[in-house]
Amino acid sequence: MDPTKLTIGELGRLLQDRELSAQELLVMHLDRIEDADGEVKAYLRLTEELAGEQARAADRALKDGEAGPLTGIPMAVKDVLCVRGVETTAGSQILRGFKAPYTGTAVRRLFEAGVVMLGVTNCDEFAMGSSTENSGYFTTHNPWGLDRVPGGSSGGSAAAVAAGEAVFSLGTDTGGSIRQPAALCGVIGMKPTYGRVSRYGLIAFASSLDQIGPFTRSVEDCALVLETMAGHDPLDATSANRANDVRRSLTSGVDGMRLGVPKEYFDVEGMEPGVKVAVNNALRVLESAGAKLVDVSLPHTDYGLAAYYIIAPAECSSNLARFDGVKYGMSDQDAQNITDAYSHTRRNGFGTEVRRRVMLGTYALSSGYYDAYYVKAQKVRTLIKRDFDEAFTQCDAIVSATSPTVAFPIGSKTQDPLSMYLCDVLTLGGNLAGLPGVSIPCGMSEGLPVGLQVLAPQWREDTALRVAHAYEGGSDMRVEVALLG
Amino acid sequence: MLARLGLEPGDEDFYAEQLSGILRHIDRLQQLDTDHIPPTAQVVEVTNALREDVPRPSLPQEEALANAPAAVDGFFRVPSIQEET
Repeated sequence: MDPTKLTIGELGRLLQDRELSAQELLVMHLDRIEDADGEVKAYLRLTEELAGEQARAADRALKDGEAGPLTGIPMAVKDVLCVRGVETTAGSQILRGFKAPYTGTAVRRLFEAGVVMLGVTNCDEFAMGSSTENSGYFTTHNPWGLDRVPGGSSGGSAAAVAAGEAVFSLGTDTGGSIRQPAALCGVIGMKPTYGRVSRYGLIAFASSLDQIGPFTRSVEDCALVLETMAGHDPLDATSANRANDVRRSLTSGVDGMRLGVPKEYFDVEGMEPGVKVAVNNALRVLESAGAKLVDVSLPHTDYGLAAYYIIAPAECSSNLARFDGVKYGMSDQDAQNITDAYSHTRRNGFGTEVRRRVMLGTYALSSGYYDAYYVKAQKVRTLIKRDFDEAFTQCDAIVSATSPTVAFPIGSKTQDPLSMYLCDVLTLGGNLAGLPGVSIPCGMSEGLPVGLQVLAPQWREDTALRVAHAYEGGSDMRVEVALLG
Repeated sequence: MLARLGLEPGDEDFYAEQLSGILRHIDRLQQLDTDHIPPTAQVVEVTNALREDVPRPSLPQEEALANAPAAVDGFFRVPSIQEET
């Protein structure tokens, strides 16, 4: 069996039994990247030197019997997570050349668990987008169809796992940026509860929505990586001090569980029939495993996108004010005064989508419009959160498609920003309400992967993972590595 | 102007048209009666995470300035912020 197609669990056994060394596993992945990434373009840059050091350290730990389940496992990291000494650019030209002075908490915890970092993956600029087409560098291609987008914003991370270019990877999810690319690339992706994983060292997009999470090939792997990253961190004031219990019911099955089926999520604009069929088949698998499907309603679904596109741009316009050419990154050194320096730097450094959102956010926060837009959106956020609270009185978890469509052709939505925003219509509610959600592959439509989304109440990652695990077992689902060529 | 994006004349029409379309979609929020609904700014129970005010080491000055486009004598260098009078 080719090790670039295996799960963390399977590779862990090979490494522990010394049938494979961490350095051999690293070389196999670098070879696979060499073969596949010319077409997929998942990586912005490789960190071979760091990977070599980490693989040697992993082999020492394995030899000394000090290895854990992640020791020696190759990982890819989205270009928004700071790693000391590694160029980290958030997919933006404005940060070209920025070398992070420290490593963020989530990545640091994985390094301490013995992971080997292969490189930095492509994403939409400042994580704003659903296709990687907003990257300031290039577009990543979907390994299942090279003329298709991989989804976004964490498209490079999803594509890397789907193409056998990393065993697992990290992404961030502000409106669906982990779950949607996971669905489109046929891998597992999870957004944890807001506050579960420290955001220290994450280049911020929308601070009340952003969360870091994993892409993996098995639900067990997903739970392991999440558990390793999770936990209180004094360096992120929003990180919660709660029991790290995400794995507690992983293998308990769904017998007797109530799974909510929100009718609004099955009739959203643009829902493809093939996606609906695959998701309905998945629901039948869960039903066969003993789950009871119950109808629930999320009546404010049609307002979610509108509220999100006030709140996220408002927060981004504030967060991105720091990119001014003074402290790091691109800088106009020839300007005659400071305001010209700011404007010239930001004009040259930011791409179209980032400018669009900064304008929208600045407008929504400006005096005279603040109440009509920003406060209004925050009130609607309350209504959306209440919809979920109400639904969860009738069910343990909510199941739906992750994305209304399969991977769409590159270039097909770039001229119409609203059509791109609609990609996240089934995922952004989870961000507005702070819920954990996982996307798991549930079949194909038109030869492309479809994702099943499981949303659970806040802090109930264990429930979402339990449902996903039951589906994985009940359907004999195995995340396949797309074979190119 | 507020956002200091340095827009040029051609840009304004391009963005005006796209933003109008997005704002038309956003206008649907006005259909909802939210007079008695409190706003939600964040969704977790953590409030005012405070800690003791104890000095601790921070990033050394050299490292904090390592990415600076221009640094002089331990400071970030910027163009003048005031006109000479």
